[in-house]
This record gives sequence, C-alpha cells and structure tokens, in this order.
Amino acid sequence: MAQIAILERKCTGCGLCVANCPFGGIEMKDGKPELTAGCKVCGICVKNCPQKAILKLETKVASVDKSKWKDILVFAEVSGGRLHPVGLELIGKAQELAKAVPGYTVKAVLVGEGVRAYADELLHYGVSEAAVYDDQALSYFRADAYAACVEDYICFAHPSVVLVGATSLGRSLAPRLATRFHTGLTADCTRLELRESSDLVQIRPAFGGNIMAQIVTTHTRPQFATVRYKVMDTPVRSEQESGKIVVRAIPKGVAASKASCVSVQPVPPKASISDAEVLVVGGRGLQRESDMDMIRELAGLLGGDWAVTRPLVEKGWATNERQIGLSGRTVRPKLIITCGVSGAIQFTSCMNGSDHIVSINNDPDAPIFGTAHIAIVDDLYRVVPELIAQLKEARA
Amino acid sequence: MNIFVCIKQVPGTNKVQVDEATGVLKRDGVVSKMNPYDLYALETALRLREAHGGKVTVGTMGPPQAQAVVREAYMMGADEGYVFSDRRLGGADVLATSYTLSQAIQSVGDFDLILCGKQTTDGDTAQVGPAIAEYLGIPHAAWVSKLTVSGDGVDAEQQLQDVIETVHMPFPCLVTVEQDICMPRLPSLKTAKEIGDKPIHIQGLDSFLDTDETHYGLTGSATQVERIFPPVSDTVHEQWSGEGCAAKLCDQLKKWKFV
Repeated sequence: MAQIAILERKCTGCGLCVANCPFGGIEMKDGKPELTAGCKVCGICVKNCPQKAILKLETKVASVDKSKWKDILVFAEVSGGRLHPVGLELIGKAQELAKAVPGYTVKAVLVGEGVRAYADELLHYGVSEAAVYDDQALSYFRADAYAACVEDYICFAHPSVVLVGATSLGRSLAPRLATRFHTGLTADCTRLELRESSDLVQIRPAFGGNIMAQIVTTHTRPQFATVRYKVMDTPVRSEQESGKIVVRAIPKGVAASKASCVSVQPVPPKASISDAEVLVVGGRGLQRESDMDMIRELAGLLGGDWAVTRPLVEKGWATNERQIGLSGRTVRPKLIITCGVSGAIQFTSCMNGSDHIVSINNDPDAPIFGTAHIAIVDDLYRVVPELIAQLKEARA
Repeated sequence: MNIFVCIKQVPGTNKVQVDEATGVLKRDGVVSKMNPYDLYALETALRLREAHGGKVTVGTMGPPQAQAVVREAYMMGADEGYVFSDRRLGGADVLATSYTLSQAIQSVGDFDLILCGKQTTDGDTAQVGPAIAEYLGIPHAAWVSKLTVSGDGVDAEQQLQDVIETVHMPFPCLVTVEQDICMPRLPSLKTAKEIGDKPIHIQGLDSFLDTDETHYGLTGSATQVERIFPPVSDTVHEQWSGEGCAAKLCDQLKKWKFV
C-alpha cells in the first residue's frame, strides 16, 4: 500500500506535477498543489518533481493468514444448456499456475439445473474436485442466488485463487462474489502468473490506453480474476478421469433471492465472430459506410467473416456483436486481416492470439504494426481492391 | 419513482501512450467527457421519469472537475447532481470505488432504482455496478437491453451467452444497461438556458454514514497496481509497402492455404 505526500517546505509551486498528472489527481490551490480524488498513486508526479517535494509513502495493511487459503477454484459456467468452453480453458491455465505452489490442486464448481451431468466431463481435465450445486431454483441466472452457491463452496474449500470466465454471466457474478469476501477482483486478465507466496500476478490492459498493468491482491483472499473466452489455450482432454464429484446442499441464500424469472428466450443460434477461422476487420481508416462492402467482399472470398473496431460501432456501421475489443468480443482466428485499424490495446489484446495477423494501414507508426506478422504500410483503398481482384483471378 | 444514475468522467480519447524512457503518460490535448455508456443509463432514467413520474439524480466520484459531466447530465434533463470528491477517496480500486458509491448513494437518499452504464471506456471492467448492488444488499441485473416497470419493481431482459433471461426484481434494485436499450438524447441548449447555473452538490467522505477513511481510497482497496508498462511485442514481422503488395499478399495467402 502506498500514498502520495507533498512536502510543502520543498515545493516551489511550479505546477509541473499538475501538468504531468494524467488523471487530474493534483490541483493548484492558493499556489500550492493539492491531491484530489482523481489520484491513482501511480507515482508519475514523484518521478517528475524537480524539487523532490513529492513522496510515495508505503503504509502497512494487516494481511489475512494466506496459508489458510490454498488451491485454485474455477467457476465452470453452464448456460443455455452447455458447458461454456472458457471454463475448460481456465482449468487448463489453473493447472499450469498450480505448479508454482507445492500441494496446490485445481477444483471446479458448477451451478445450475441439471449441471451434475457436466461434472463427469470436468474430471477428464484433471480437477481434484468438482463441486455441484444442482437445483431447479438455479435453472435461470440470478446473480445473487448463484453467488450464494459459490460463496458456500468458497467458505468450505478456502481457495486462494478463484478464476471466472469473463462472459456476460461471469462478469455479473464475479463482482458480487468478490465484494462479499471484501477482496480484489481483476477483470479481463490477459496473463496470469502465480508466485510461490501464492500471490496471483494479474496482467491486463489498463487506463484505456496502450498500457499494461500488473496487479496483485496484496492482503486479502481469495484472489478473484476474470479471463475472457479464447485468451487461454484449451487443455487436452485426458481419457482417464481423476478427482471426485461433491454434490453440495443448496444454501439458504438461493431461496432468499428477491429476483424471479419472468421468461427465458433462446437467442437464435447465429454465427459469432469468435467462431470464425478467417476474419477481415474494418477500422476507422474506412471513410464511408459503403466501404464496408469491400471488407465483406474480401471476407467472403476468403470464406470468412467480417468484424469492426469500436469507432465503427459508435458510428452505427455495425452492431456490437461484430466488434472486436474489450467492449466487444475476443477472437482467435487462423487468419485476421485488419484494414485501416490503428490498433489500440483494447483491440489488439482481443485478437493477438490469432495464428496469422496481416495489417493494412497507411500510418507507418500505427501501433497495430507491433502486433501484425505482415505489416502493409499502404493505402487500404489501393491494397484491398487489388487483393480482391487477385483473389478473384486466382479462383477463376 | 426515485432513480439514481451513476456516471463517470473519462478521457475523451483512448490513445493514451506511455513514454518508454520516462514512464510518463503522454496526454497531448486529452479532453474529458462523460463515459459514453452512461448516456444510455441516463436516457433510460429520463424515459422512466417521463412515463411514471419521479426524480432523476446523478452522481459521480472524481476530482472537482468532474462537475462538467454533472452539468452535461443537467443539460439532458437530470433533476439533481452530486460530485463525491475527497482526496481520501483517491487510488480506489473496484472494491473501494463501489463501497464509496454505495455509501454516497445512501447519504443522498432512498432510491427505487439505481442505473449504471454497462462499463466505462477507461477502466473497461464492468464490475462496479454489480458490486454496488452487493454492498447495498439489493438484487441486480446486468447487460440489460430492455427495462419495463411492472408491479412492485422492474422486468429486466439480461443478455447472456446463449439465452435472454427476463427477471423481475422488486424495488430497490440495480440495473446496468446495454447500449441498444435506447438512443440517448443530445444535451439541449434550451434546457441549458432554463437551468442556468443550477447548483451541483459537492460532498466528501464526511457526509457518508461510514466516515472511517481507512475504508476508502487506496487503503480501502484490495488490489494494488505494482507497475505499468507498455505492451511488449515479440512477434517477428515483415513490413511491405508500395507496388505489388496485394499480389505478394495473395501469394502468401495461397501459401497459408486460405485460397
């Protein structure tokens, strides 16, 4: 823990700290800098003060006894009658993490109606225990009721780390749970490491910019993190089963939930950009809505699907389901071709796992070229139509 | 109906970059605006007020300059606005932010419905809304694309992966809304004239029920940012430009067996 302190006797009131602060965390008041609620204790002012008048003070906070919490728990989501593959990806990652601390194993928890049936499948992925909360009252998702079940298992098993898939359901559930345990939750981690001290190192894009933040939950347990679908690798299914299934009683919190289901409608199954093997992406470099046609045409010629970046969704050229990025979908196709995409971290962190990345942009300094395997520094209005013509010729 | 809408001031651009030599964030001409997703929450609140009567209160935690977004909310038609500003609130993570907002909301009054945008464009976590509901001990629905008043509460359509579930929640409850719930109105000059310099309430920690400062800001946070760094890219890449790029790419796609 740390906080920022300004030494008045050294401060000359030059105002450099105010100018340097990216968060509006310092203001000048009567010629002296004063911290505001915007301060994120990032320490940039400390580094840049010519008078060395700003200090970062470390303060001690009482920590829980970390040795009382062990193992890694994965919330294995079942919704719409299927085990969401992100749960398996997280179990795979958790196995890798567990190797860092002697004696750690991976456990999973299933919540819903009829979810007992999926527990056997989880045993093929090396979990030491699969806990099941199976009841009619859990047939639809209510965050407080589901939280009551996972809370019950956490109190029983004392996991040090809890991983939740960053799906709509997971992102609604995890904050309630983490708050219930007064502990940290880091959203949309793109990299996870476990220290021998059992501290989980959580890395995610942050501050809405081209920055990665390394975050730890320093003095509380469990450590909650969410990870998006297709960020971690799918583990190999073992023919052999391991571990045991534990069917748990339904905790009282489920009946206490004030929410009730009015209706459930299946979303008509439609192709999601997350499932495409080839994706062609249009970005802000496109000038007119009609230019999306050539993006779609190129995608069609390659037998793939098309997607966009956030600015185009904001312009209304496509719906959110077509958007790649932290406020859209994560994709991991075999081939992705980006056209006129600058490559903000919110975008690249959601597509950089693709096998082949080709980027077309006329700005040689575009950050997308740090991610691209083939960087084409050229006008997309020249390259794309020519490529379409070439592909048509090759097909004919 | 008494509605509270959580809003946030965010940087107007997401092109913030780190200077690798000094570790300083470059912020040339970065302006601030209201988190775009909050506009949908505010619009939803205004429409509910128009249909059922009541009052719309907005509130934000941030530095004093966050008054600008409350002013914007006034121009869209919000009745009352608060900035919760106190240096002791600085450095807050999700846990401390949601605790602060839950305390702040309780200090302002009793609300039937609390509305939030689905996430912010600077933090992108989508976690603060559900966490506030947990602190207040009320039910919530997230990713809601349709909200109607029904009986003693609301019916909310939550978009999940493969299903759309409509849940009924009695008041008080919290809802985070998707951007397809409605089209936000533009701030109106007419409203701006009518409201003039309508006061914005600025409150600090001392107005909350829990005034123990260790529960807020950095000390009230469970997570700590150890370091920030520019993303490293270790991919080997080729750079092409000029004539013949398209033909070269076509050949490469054949080699990869996509053609």
